[in-house]
Amino acid sequence: MSINATPTGADVAAEETRRPAAVPKQRGGRRKPPLSENKKAERKLGLLLCAPAALVMIAVTAYPIIYSVWLSLQRFDLRFPDQREFIGLENYVTVLTNEFWWTAFGVTMLITVVTVAVELVLGMGLAIIMHRTLVGRGLVRTSALIPYGIVTVVAAFSWRYAWTPGTGYLADLFSDGAPLTERASSLAIIMLAEIWKTTPFMALLLMAGLALVPEDLLKAASTDGATAWQKFTKVMLPVMKPAILVALLFRTLDAFRVFDNIFVLTAGGNETSSVSMLAYNNLIRGLNLGIGSTMSVLIFITVAIIAFVFVKLFGTAAPGSDDGERR
Amino acid sequence: MADIVLDKVSKSFPDGTVAVQDVDLEIADGEFVILVGPSGCGKSTTLNMIAGLEDISSGELRIAGQRVNDKAPRDRDIAMVFQSYALYPNMTVRENMAFPLRLAKLDKETIDRKVDEAAKVLELTSLLDRKPANLSGGQRQRVAMGRAIVRQPKAFLMDEPLSNLDAKLRVQMRTVVSRLQKQLGTTTVYVTHDQTEAMTLGDRVVIMRGGAVQQVGPPQELYDHPRNLFVAGFIGSPSMNFLHAAVQDGELRTALGTVPLGDRVRRELESADAPRELILGIRPEHFEDAELVDDDTRRRGMEFEAPVDIVESMGSDKYVYFTVEGEKASAAELEELAADAGAADFAGAGGNLVTRLSAESPVAEGQTRRVWFNLEKIHLFDPANGRNLTLHEGRAAGALAD
Repeated sequence: MSINATPTGADVAAEETRRPAAVPKQRGGRRKPPLSENKKAERKLGLLLCAPAALVMIAVTAYPIIYSVWLSLQRFDLRFPDQREFIGLENYVTVLTNEFWWTAFGVTMLITVVTVAVELVLGMGLAIIMHRTLVGRGLVRTSALIPYGIVTVVAAFSWRYAWTPGTGYLADLFSDGAPLTERASSLAIIMLAEIWKTTPFMALLLMAGLALVPEDLLKAASTDGATAWQKFTKVMLPVMKPAILVALLFRTLDAFRVFDNIFVLTAGGNETSSVSMLAYNNLIRGLNLGIGSTMSVLIFITVAIIAFVFVKLFGTAAPGSDDGERR
Repeated sequence: MADIVLDKVSKSFPDGTVAVQDVDLEIADGEFVILVGPSGCGKSTTLNMIAGLEDISSGELRIAGQRVNDKAPRDRDIAMVFQSYALYPNMTVRENMAFPLRLAKLDKETIDRKVDEAAKVLELTSLLDRKPANLSGGQRQRVAMGRAIVRQPKAFLMDEPLSNLDAKLRVQMRTVVSRLQKQLGTTTVYVTHDQTEAMTLGDRVVIMRGGAVQQVGPPQELYDHPRNLFVAGFIGSPSMNFLHAAVQDGELRTALGTVPLGDRVRRELESADAPRELILGIRPEHFEDAELVDDDTRRRGMEFEAPVDIVESMGSDKYVYFTVEGEKASAAELEELAADAGAADFAGAGGNLVTRLSAESPVAEGQTRRVWFNLEKIHLFDPANGRNLTLHEGRAAGALAD
């Protein structure tokens, strides 16, 4: 008995010293454990199932993006097809030193910031109304969503007629001249049309967030001594933050690509072009594939940066987590 | 700290349903009162009305002598603890507890001091910088308590605060709540559907059914002297046994034999509108193995014989289930209690008799056993309205009283 006891004890001790050494070795080696036949087959099936979707994505997204990047690196004007040649980043220099581009960029930023901000406030109000409505819920929600259901171009034409002296009442009501022929009023009208159209969408996204706020939390805040406004700012908004960020991201990206309202209302006249409008004018109307593609790529990059900033700055900070790390 | 008075408080909804009907209740300063009843009995609605989270349809609510019917919750100076804890997920434990103080615009030092004090009492000091998502259920519950006590409000309102905890933790937290309330001496109204919580925690218990108060009193009084069938069946675990009983020639014919009646009960039953069919109620502990009963005790009760169904030995005593024949007791209250408990748990309404016998009893399953029960402790109920007929000036006197 006593003879057996000693080696056993030594074995245990050896086991204990071996174990911590073994773990880093496994990690450092980075050798993947061999997959079982079952796992391999499963992985293969997974790839096969993804393949059709991946192929379609490559065909309709990746290829055009790569092709426009390729075009943007060339001098390529369809009016002078003979002069086509590879010129590196020269197109980018041309666009980024051009005042039309920066004016359009400024207009786009202005429209984006103002419309998204106003939409957020109005959308929140609308969302709360829709959330709190007890009677005729369906009717309230449906009627609030009507602007979003109307084709943008159709609505834009209505706005244009409404703001044109002689055909519409709004022009006569609010100004003496023709508001769509002046820059400031044109921009205001474009933004108004945008806000009118997309506030319901914002409200819809925010309403999903409102449904996430537990009723008990608001009751607790009431008994803790919060006023209605404090309940809104200190309890509802923080809990809704992820939903608000999603709504803001969607709308910002959308707003930055504003096109149809401008196209119909002013056609970009009086320096009301957005970057999308400018790209369209160069690419389709000017037939300058090189410059047009460059602008498209720049828009793509800006949108990507916006998305990145949103996701990076706010994406992971869902309420309740200790900033992502669990203790 | 303050007293709370409910004066004929009612709550009805626009569609005509009445959730709470004419509740009269005086809660003294520093008292711990439990509102208990099955789900839908109006206990939570009553609590919400005290908190100001629901409007009072009629009647008057006074806190510290002041009518508060029309005051917003924030002006009533009460703190509430919810079943779901209702912690603010975006705030740390410290911020959660400081929230009511920040809203009250106290200076930072005072807030820190009060939060630290409360955290110490509830053993939360090491958790102050965590977010609620990273706490266990029991810890969240303690934070919710902490948020309530930091303010030193006039009253605590607790809405089933322990119902989301597992059984073991619930027992632990029960003592925490009890100790805390005694330490602080703050008027507390506590809602629960668990009769054990009601019995162990409260100074007084209010039993509600269908929006109306059934009986108010200290736990022991409700247990010993239930005013009606509902209270008798609701309080106690395992619950009281109910048997059908028929009045015949001044005696009761029951499945356990013929029960003699004392003068007082007989007089009661001789009045013109007295029911001919009754419900006999006996608590499990008022049975005993007939072998173990001495002669003196034997005279105060009677005996019967029945086949043993199941024996559950608890160590300190034995729960013995007997099968008894005969008509089942039936009343609206019993059906409601059975539905609330889940019919299987509510032995009182079935054909089974639950008894709690001494551990020394040699009873075994499959036997037929002779059992004694105490006639001084039995209750008789009118099945039509549930009234306890053995009650005399608020005291239950059993069947033999003169």
